[in-house]
Amino acid sequence: MAVETAEATEAARQAMGGIGVSLARKEDARFIHGQGHYVDDVVLPGMLHMVIVRSPHAHARIKGIDSTAAMAIPGVVAVVTGELLAQHKLAWMPTLSGDTQAVLATDKVRFQGQEVACVIAETKYIAEDAAALVSVDYEPLQAITSPQQAIAPGAIVIRDEKEGQTDNKIYHWEAGDKDATDAAFARAAKVVSLETFYPRCHPAPLETCGCVADLDPVTGNATIYMTSQAPHAHRTLFAIVAGLPEEKIRIISPDLGGGFGNKVPIYPGYVVATAASLLIGRPVKWIEDRTDNLISTGFARDYYMDGSVAIDENGKFIGLRVNLLSDNGAFFADAQPSKFKAGLFHIVTGSYDIPAAHIVANGAYTNKAPGGVAYRCSFRVTEASYFIERLVESAAVELGQDPVTIRLNNFIQPEAFPYQSASGFEYDSGDYPRAMQVALDMLGYDELRKEQAEKRAKGELMGIGVASFTEVVGAGKGKDYDIAGLRMFDSAELRVHPTGKAILKLGVKSQGQGHETTFAQIVAEELGIPASDVEVREGDTDNTPFGLGTYASRSTPVGGAATAMVSRKLRDKGKLIAAHLFEADVADIEFARGKYNVKGSPDNVKTIQDIAFAAYTNLPDGLEAGLEGVTYYDPPNMTYPFGTYLVVVDIDKGTGQVKVRRVVAVDDCGVRINPMIVEGQIHGGLTEGFAIAFMELITFDDEGNCIGSNFMDYLIPTAWETPRFELGQTVTPSPHHPIGAKGIGESATVGSPAAFVNAVIDALSHLGITNIDMPLTSDKVWAALRSKGVTE
Amino acid sequence: MKVTFEINGTAKSVDVEPRTLVVDLIRTKLGMTGTHIGCDTSNCGACTVLLDGRPVKSCTLLAPMLEGKKVTTVEGLAKGGKLDSIQVGFHEEHGLQCGFCTPGMMLVGKALIEANPHPTEDEIRWGISGNICRCTGYMNIVKAIQHAAAANATENTAGVA
Repeated sequence: MAVETAEATEAARQAMGGIGVSLARKEDARFIHGQGHYVDDVVLPGMLHMVIVRSPHAHARIKGIDSTAAMAIPGVVAVVTGELLAQHKLAWMPTLSGDTQAVLATDKVRFQGQEVACVIAETKYIAEDAAALVSVDYEPLQAITSPQQAIAPGAIVIRDEKEGQTDNKIYHWEAGDKDATDAAFARAAKVVSLETFYPRCHPAPLETCGCVADLDPVTGNATIYMTSQAPHAHRTLFAIVAGLPEEKIRIISPDLGGGFGNKVPIYPGYVVATAASLLIGRPVKWIEDRTDNLISTGFARDYYMDGSVAIDENGKFIGLRVNLLSDNGAFFADAQPSKFKAGLFHIVTGSYDIPAAHIVANGAYTNKAPGGVAYRCSFRVTEASYFIERLVESAAVELGQDPVTIRLNNFIQPEAFPYQSASGFEYDSGDYPRAMQVALDMLGYDELRKEQAEKRAKGELMGIGVASFTEVVGAGKGKDYDIAGLRMFDSAELRVHPTGKAILKLGVKSQGQGHETTFAQIVAEELGIPASDVEVREGDTDNTPFGLGTYASRSTPVGGAATAMVSRKLRDKGKLIAAHLFEADVADIEFARGKYNVKGSPDNVKTIQDIAFAAYTNLPDGLEAGLEGVTYYDPPNMTYPFGTYLVVVDIDKGTGQVKVRRVVAVDDCGVRINPMIVEGQIHGGLTEGFAIAFMELITFDDEGNCIGSNFMDYLIPTAWETPRFELGQTVTPSPHHPIGAKGIGESATVGSPAAFVNAVIDALSHLGITNIDMPLTSDKVWAALRSKGVTE
Repeated sequence: MKVTFEINGTAKSVDVEPRTLVVDLIRTKLGMTGTHIGCDTSNCGACTVLLDGRPVKSCTLLAPMLEGKKVTTVEGLAKGGKLDSIQVGFHEEHGLQCGFCTPGMMLVGKALIEANPHPTEDEIRWGISGNICRCTGYMNIVKAIQHAAAANATENTAGVA
């Protein structure tokens, strides 16, 4: 191979836009011109507008629906009810967790905001007017608003339509080894416990969910523009749910205005709009308003967790027990791999070498919206990470240890990887002490501890929060992880045209993560075609290979791996063509950074562009023409990003207000393809973690009315509230990923809530305050202070 | 009713129901879809446009309120194929991810630095606090606006010289 100096390699990489280059984003151009193309921007000839009539009650029997007044408004085309859908066997649909969900309610409504009827009209304004006139006669029933209420004996049965369902229990699921864990607890020198609640919140992407369904009555073609993070999976599910022939269905997920998990499930609105378009023979647009989005679509969290860690005489963690009770709402519609009822919550042993663990999870129906999506996390990893990091904080307090010391003393050590966890995961790689050290150095930890001691002596409240998270992302492998039976591989199709420019088509789907840039950079690195010459296409099921989509930080771990592998396939085919052009043996052909040469003749090269041209013009006998390929990549394991986050807070004793002074975030996501984009992802994740810790809450009153149904009640941080972030990194490549990348989209949302809460608890634990459940609003902190007799 | 106004330098006269929200007028009647809708309560700012140079949330205005006014939307930022400095700033500083809040953010940012050419970080954060971004955490939006402010300053200095 031609010998390159390090400088030359770096210069070539920069010019190419390869891995490690902070290339400005290719997709920006359309967005800064206002030319992004989102679902609500789709306008088709003859298009109608749909508005959903929703239940004002959390739990009520439907005695009748009268749509006469609505139908009388000029411009109203149809009012669709559950009764009509039932005639087409569409009143109920399967969920991603193997349950059923009402498309439009027929018998009862089971949460406030549930879909009861749909009005379809010539304009959205007319549809809104008419929706207000649909009269539904309800007989209110008692609402169940917590899982504890739900599983209490004698509770009213929410899912009474389900055969054999005599209570509100959904699932019971266990992981780990009970006996080994019991034994560990039996010999523990100390047991520390924590009971905590991770409240319901909502991903609330700035663009709500919606679709434009266009069913051609003549051809039978169904084109559905849809806010979908997983268009291929959705196409298959549409085929199954609606009974449409799959080859006639084309899902187009255009630009998405954020997703964060909210655009993974299939919602009733999509199904009704599609059915309505079929029945009426015109395109139907349905776009949620913000209240629709917050009260009816995929919420997140709502996990009640209690558990204990067993600690030996040396301060080592020897066992972990966790009990989980989840509030899944009225339908079990969690978006998660089918074999795991509580997602990947069993990663709850976190970054610690805990030889025995036992996790017991139970789920319950309540009169709340269904969904259970992972708001910027990989299937409940956030709840797990939160629990273990909060429990370790409790252990530090009880043992009188520094929260850093207790972590360093219990981390899985770098040489222990690949590490087999007690709950069944094989961690691929990690160096937790190093990430911790980098974070401590950045923060100036020891100095801040001194400052804290001085302040405490003066009665001032300052806290330093520590969280050292480990995620598990990038599902599959397909054998163990599937969504509704579809194995969690992903795909990339790469086509290099005769002039050496390429189109890369992916099964994943960006919602703002910058795939058009990052994935082009992978091709640049692997094949030597400049990133600027690689056009990335996603989101159109007719024109991209089948994949499971973008969530759970899986695009780079799975779709990125597929991109690297398909590039290597073409690189290898290029060798055959190069051998032909050089009239040399293929075994003697070398490749580096887009150039082929014969061993020993490094200066006589054929570029990848030469090879591409030859692939269409000058092929060796017997070789198939063209330079294109497709790879379906089934990962051998998941990836395990990690990091340490440190947060400094100051608390006002008089008001309970928490001021976040500093946030240091050291992430290790393996190899960083575009560092600028990676840091942008971390900024966003930290902000959403901050939001969950301090502001965002979907809660309900005793009658099941949703509190948090708009942006005046569901508080999203603005630039004013959001803290500044200081980022650091370590790089521990994933050994099984073709380019060593692990995924970064969600680390900060997973890792940061515990760091924020631990900081507050660190400021208060000397007063005997050991837990406050999120969000840590001023009133809660104030009340905690008052409960300990602290005043001004 | 008929409403007459100017949008991005072009005079328009449109027939519209008086109750039509300006954001719907712009998106539906005029077919300019760069102005977005993110909430129903004027909290998110995705619908921000400039009205006689001042940022307003176009979901809080009724169509007749445009009479005789000048509206600037994101589509009016670039002139003659040349990007506005605020657009350059957002691109260079990675001030956008999904792009949904971006038109509103850019317009607020542009109005901000026109009123205050050398804003502090706090002034920028306060100035954009009527607009929500779910993706970026605002760090790079602040940088993007600073980038544009610096570019404007350089251009003005160059003009004087």
